[in-house]
Amino acid sequence: MDERLRTELSRQGVFVTTLGELYNWGRKNSIWPLGFGLACCAIEMIAASMARWDLARFGAEVFRPSPRQADLMIVAGTVTKKMAPQVVRLYNQMPEPKYVIAMGACAISGGPFRDGYNVLQGIDRYLPVDVHIPGCPPRPEALLHGFMTLQKLIEEQELTGARRPRHLADGPPSEFPIPEHGEHGLVPSHNPELWPPAKSSA
Amino acid sequence: MESLEQIKLWIEGAVPDARIEIVANPGPAAQHSLLVGLDQAVPVARFLLEDSRLRLDYASNVTGVDWPETMLKEKRKVKQTIDGVEREIEETSEHVRPGYLEVVYHLYSMALKQGPVILRLRTRDRTASARVPSLTPVWRGAEFQEREVFDLFGVLFDGHPDLRRILMWDGFRDFPMRKDYTPTPEVEPVPAPIP
Amino acid sequence: MSLQPFQVIPRLGSEGEPLDGEQLEISMGPQHPSTHGVFRMDLVLDGERVIRLKPVFGYLHRNHEKIGENMTYLGSMPYTDRLDYFCSLTNNWAYALAVEKLAGIQVPERAEYLRVITAELTRLQNHLSLAGFLLQDMGASGTPLMYAFRQREKILDLFESLTGARMMCNYMRFGGCRCDVPDGWLDQARLVVEEFPRFLDEFQALLDENEILMSRTQGVGVLSSALAVNAGVTGPMLRASGVNYDLRKVDHYGIYDRFSFQVPLGDHGDVYDRYMVRVLEMRESLKILESALRTLPPGPVLDPKTKLRGFRPKPGEAYGRIEAPKGELGFYLISDGSPNPYRYRVRPPSFINLTILEDLCLGHQVADVVVILGSVDIVLGEVDR
Repeated sequence: MDERLRTELSRQGVFVTTLGELYNWGRKNSIWPLGFGLACCAIEMIAASMARWDLARFGAEVFRPSPRQADLMIVAGTVTKKMAPQVVRLYNQMPEPKYVIAMGACAISGGPFRDGYNVLQGIDRYLPVDVHIPGCPPRPEALLHGFMTLQKLIEEQELTGARRPRHLADGPPSEFPIPEHGEHGLVPSHNPELWPPAKSSA
Repeated sequence: MESLEQIKLWIEGAVPDARIEIVANPGPAAQHSLLVGLDQAVPVARFLLEDSRLRLDYASNVTGVDWPETMLKEKRKVKQTIDGVEREIEETSEHVRPGYLEVVYHLYSMALKQGPVILRLRTRDRTASARVPSLTPVWRGAEFQEREVFDLFGVLFDGHPDLRRILMWDGFRDFPMRKDYTPTPEVEPVPAPIP
Repeated sequence: MSLQPFQVIPRLGSEGEPLDGEQLEISMGPQHPSTHGVFRMDLVLDGERVIRLKPVFGYLHRNHEKIGENMTYLGSMPYTDRLDYFCSLTNNWAYALAVEKLAGIQVPERAEYLRVITAELTRLQNHLSLAGFLLQDMGASGTPLMYAFRQREKILDLFESLTGARMMCNYMRFGGCRCDVPDGWLDQARLVVEEFPRFLDEFQALLDENEILMSRTQGVGVLSSALAVNAGVTGPMLRASGVNYDLRKVDHYGIYDRFSFQVPLGDHGDVYDRYMVRVLEMRESLKILESALRTLPPGPVLDPKTKLRGFRPKPGEAYGRIEAPKGELGFYLISDGSPNPYRYRVRPPSFINLTILEDLCLGHQVADVVVILGSVDIVLGEVDR
């Protein structure tokens, strides 16, 4: 719709929108994160929810302790191979629509602990990640920026068509296979459908 | 705090069969340690805990160290007669030092505010049956740390109340902190070709 | 197998042992709102009473020691930040102390003063965070934590202007500190230290005589001094049980001998004593800070002769320890003359303080387990390394 027409109408007290916009507006302004901090980045996540950089004003008012009530999983900190099955299990328990933010260098790709026998080199080996926030640890402002990026991503999701979100489409899975603790590492070592990321289509 | 030689004499007086050696520590820190034979390790530990002059009631740190088999070279000056003239020549001899695993205990006294006294226990070899007596019955603080040494180095502790892996998961098969541990190679991403 | 009416099916546990139908086995964690990180406790409960508790960790084991063996001495310094991620500056100091003992390096006086100042600021913000998280676990959801973190942000601002980072400071070097204080930092620090007692008065007025806090923490999780000493417990947890062992007074490391401060001790060894010991330690730290900021001498902060690149200490070994906010943090280093250490070991206070967690929780209810764990003050980066 023409923007000038919309502004003119709103000045007259007539508010015009689409169902998709309304739906996404409600969704993006009430994202409830799962209270799930692994390591040092968790402290910056807590600091981001404290009085100085209030995360609550973006809608993340409460950090839900239970995955059944959460929309967003902020993987903050190093994911180790011992912890990875539990992370995937928690993701599977979250109801759709659900999002993952990989916060910190360790969750993106292993970080400074990459050469480790117990460190998983990035949570995107097993889960689809929507927003990556680099930093070690990222400042709380960076987390707020990542959060706003996620909000913009939700806002741009159309309700119909090929780019619709996963919970409105029938095909894509919302539960991912849980890796097992093998004798020398995790079995399988990564989820081939998610990682390595597909060759860029650009 | 008495010197290590004095402590060694006291221990040998109280526990007659104990084999104690002083391991000198080169370098500025000068923290020398006592190498204790495995058979009498627990009586020695109990003596160190209960003796009124030492009262080493606090086991601060329990570490494992891996010493794989190495070739040691020694240079010695030897007098040799060549063509009737006596000369001093440097001779290098090589010998193989067998590999072993070592458990190091740092002991302090909270009652008398002294320390450290460092104990070393060496296993006979680095195989799957490397055993050492556990000092957890003497100092409870060694419980989790000995479990960690078992988990990461593979040293079995006789007499430990609950010896199982603590940091890695139970099905893990290797001992990661050993020097010859090679981790399973990770799958690395292949970079996308530049269009 | 077809079921008959009133047939009792024997239930077997994970190892084939017959399970008591009256007992409940719960795994608390690793994702739990009150376990301070990825920590798991396997509880066996009779109703609400704890019969057995086995802590399980390793979910954050990042093989810090193996990385230390493959890294130069200086290269491990940023990794020590990430051990106890609340108190990165004291971790740095402990590591620098161990290496300085190993190689026999002296530290100039101004650097010693800066080390004491940053260590005591770290102690303040750690004990604040602990008070906030302990109260959060007890159900005061948010308010004490918000107050504590508000004050903590002021200290983190000081760290950021001094070292460049809020949490992972990487500030100490072998032979001093990385850089000198910027202009105006000392005045800012003095301001923070001056108005801290007023904040502590407000905090204590809210909490110390609070009926809920007292009834939930007094008599809960009592640790006897004999068990504490034998189990290797250190730090405020040991002092709350009445044992006077503070490494700042025992080892005389740094220049702590020049400051007069007391060591608060507890009488009962319960959770309330541990909380009060930490609050009183904050007051003592303020005394040290106020005196150190006043008497800071001029001079270099890094010995000009220290060699940072190509640092090869002589073969030998050393164990250096300091009084970190959580207990005794020690580093054991074996050098074989090469740029990398042969063995690099961290003695983590939280790991060893957890040895007696089961003893403290037996007979208590599940809600008390949460409070007791909060008073032990663990941080998983240090427990698992």
